[in-house]
Amino acid sequence: MTLAWAEVGEIAARSLGVAGAATLLAALFGLPLGVWLGSRPRRGRMGAQVVLYAGMGLPPVVVGLLFYFLLSRSGPLGGLGLLFTPLAMVLAEAVLAFPMIAGFTLAAVRVRAEGVRRLVRGLGGTERQVLATLLWESRRPITAALAAGFGAAISEVGAATIVGGDIRFHTRVLTTAVVLETRKGELESALALGAVLLGVTLVVTAVLVVWGERR
Amino acid sequence: MKKLIALGLLLTAALAAAPLRLATTTSVNDSGLLEAILPGFTRETGVPVQVIAVGTGQALAIAGRGDADAVLVHAPDLEARFLREGKGVAHACIAYNNFVIAGPAADPAAVGAAADALDAMRRIFAAGATFVSRGDNSGTYHREQALWRAAGLDPAGRPWYLESGSGMGATLTLAAEKRAYTLTDLGTFLFMQGKVDLAALFDRPDPRMLNQYGYMAVNPERFPGANREAAYALRAYLLRPDVQQQIGAYLKDRFGRSLFSPLYGRCKVEVSP
Repeated sequence: MTLAWAEVGEIAARSLGVAGAATLLAALFGLPLGVWLGSRPRRGRMGAQVVLYAGMGLPPVVVGLLFYFLLSRSGPLGGLGLLFTPLAMVLAEAVLAFPMIAGFTLAAVRVRAEGVRRLVRGLGGTERQVLATLLWESRRPITAALAAGFGAAISEVGAATIVGGDIRFHTRVLTTAVVLETRKGELESALALGAVLLGVTLVVTAVLVVWGERR
Repeated sequence: MKKLIALGLLLTAALAAAPLRLATTTSVNDSGLLEAILPGFTRETGVPVQVIAVGTGQALAIAGRGDADAVLVHAPDLEARFLREGKGVAHACIAYNNFVIAGPAADPAAVGAAADALDAMRRIFAAGATFVSRGDNSGTYHREQALWRAAGLDPAGRPWYLESGSGMGATLTLAAEKRAYTLTDLGTFLFMQGKVDLAALFDRPDPRMLNQYGYMAVNPERFPGANREAAYALRAYLLRPDVQQQIGAYLKDRFGRSLFSPLYGRCKVEVSP
């Protein structure tokens, strides 16, 4: 093991930070969209449903490449100087996590929509209250949506490499570090980093599940 | 107290200085060379260096869009084109070593008995021995293609010709697993020795196997956002005699020879626009 554990900690913290921020950003848009779409009648949501479900298969490298062109100094948003920064990775990974979160939320809300609407409306609630109740009543399956989104973000390597550049102490995350160590033939280090990655994902998912199950 | 102030100033400088983004090849990065010499530059100038280690083709593509401030690569003809296109300036030759043909110790194509590099390639071709090519746009891949061309051979599509599409380290691993031949830079080969079961079968002075590393800043007129001062400062630092000696001494104790021999700015292969 040639990699110092202090550096592994630094890399793991960045992985967690980037994937966590990407998940939050994706949830900010994905949760409301998923709840709203899920509450719509079938005809009004089928098209969006197809797009979201297909989006779950978005190839990370293609998303990374699009963000590369977008954020490159020669690209339309080049003036921001965002390429090869952690923020660029957050944006690309948020796009990858978004269909997961919106799609799974939609699926969770859809099966409850009719019953909740009848109940809330029957008690004199507004449509807004219907959506809020739907969100609350679907919190357990939404935990799964968030876990899927986070999993997509933290396990992803293609976009992270293309828009992050695997710069040491700056944009190196666990997945790109595994690639680097493998390339260097340092298989023990690569394996250790992989184990840390699994550990981080496990802990975050456990936190989500416990949070979703609380009363 | 004075020391504390000096340290404080140094820290402030390090925090204030805009980082230098260096696009470079996997060979100088994965061998640990940059990690050995760049911290000294950062200590002296306060400029942190962000290294993006990719193939030479990709490094030049990144810099050619203005997304890096400088490049350190090893493909003289591509470097000349980069200068010609007005994308790069202030070229300097930093170091060199040689390319090596590595393969299984049993050497079924008798590459070890080759008269020169072209003869070695012809032997591999004639024997139909498995050969792993980088298959990317790297400096090593360019050299391999040039060798086949010079030998008058075209291996594309032959069943024994594999393209790995990955970096040098991964390609060496693949070649070892497949008991295949491959072309590698000396630095990565020595660094990977002991991790992969491959022998250096053609490792002799041959002008066709010269591997020269060149540094360029991106053209600040074309890319006004580039960190021009830092790019020129790193150029001066890399060419300084004590740093050149440090490059030449890197891991020399461990391998008994230099992974990278200093050039003091004197190119072995001219790179002119």
